[in-house]
Amino acid sequence: MTRWLLLLLGGALLGGIVHLATVMTLPRTATHDAYSRLAGTAPVNAVVALPSPSPDSAVMPFMDPAFVSAVCRYDLTAGPLKLRVPVGPAYTSVSFYTRLDVAYYAINDRAAGRRVIELDLMTTEQHNEMPEEEDVTAADRLIVESPTPTGLIAIRALAPEPGQLPMARASLAGARCERQDLAKISRRGQ
Amino acid sequence: MRLLLGSLFAFLVAAVVGLGTTYFALSRGAAFGGLTIGSWTAWPKSGTIDADPYARASVARTGQLPMALGDGVSFSARTDDRGRALDGRCNVLISGVTPAARFWTLTLYNTKGELVANSVGRYGFTSEEIVRNADGGFAIDVAPRANPGNWLPTGGVERYELVLRFYDTAIGVATRASREVPMPVIKTRSCP
Repeated sequence: MTRWLLLLLGGALLGGIVHLATVMTLPRTATHDAYSRLAGTAPVNAVVALPSPSPDSAVMPFMDPAFVSAVCRYDLTAGPLKLRVPVGPAYTSVSFYTRLDVAYYAINDRAAGRRVIELDLMTTEQHNEMPEEEDVTAADRLIVESPTPTGLIAIRALAPEPGQLPMARASLAGARCERQDLAKISRRGQ
Repeated sequence: MRLLLGSLFAFLVAAVVGLGTTYFALSRGAAFGGLTIGSWTAWPKSGTIDADPYARASVARTGQLPMALGDGVSFSARTDDRGRALDGRCNVLISGVTPAARFWTLTLYNTKGELVANSVGRYGFTSEEIVRNADGGFAIDVAPRANPGNWLPTGGVERYELVLRFYDTAIGVATRASREVPMPVIKTRSCP
């Protein structure tokens, strides 16, 4: 009898370890997390609009139907990214997620204080390698450091009333996320 | 033989306990630092880089993107204020006022996080759409059949979840339930 009780106790302790191990490894092994869902359709380092959620189809569960959304699936290994988001009719926000869907930063139109949310996304190493004078001239530039080289940017604009959905969609259509060096070249070419 | 049987038994217990608790924890949303007001619960910390392993695991399992704290805070409710599960065949009243935020939205989802089909194509309300009382409060009828006023159709589903999201708000990790965060009351009025 004691033997079985001991085995039960041992099993329960082992179960605790199994519990912790499964919780810790789940984010790394999940195949239906938001990033993996988008990986199939969203190109890397480009903004792509997401269809509005409907009862029949939604890219992700629990999407807010009052918002128009777009994502930029980024990869910073080749260099930093530049993000430009025109502000929508009511409320616009940009949220940053790591490869494992952890939100590490978000900014909204009011915090940005302009009609366009503009920022540079780079890894901590890339930020450290940035030449000092560039850092000074770019004092008003907003720099966001990504904890992982890949991840997701979710860009969302609110349509407070359904009639404003086209306006919100039009403002998000102007959102850009592209490699910094490429952005510079295209600007010189203009 | 006894050893084999014994270890098999111990491993079986381990599997049942381990996987069972994981499943239970993730389906109940057992992240730390939950903020519960009435029947509404939010996990502001889950929208930050400090999200705990339970929050990370449940996000990976459901496939949603958590709301970043700099964007806003999302409260959800699966029961009314008396603890009764929200039933789409009943008439439920949501009334009161909300904490300060630039905008809020209220959305009705089924238990899988999908929008619920209905005849008028309404899945929720925004703070701008709602018709308010003279005192600034509001009342929303969540019911299967059309009602005058703010009607949020349930489509007659058995179970649903309400999500109330506050955008650009001061509610955060340090917020405690108090008079500064008045959440609307959820009351089941009648059931067929």
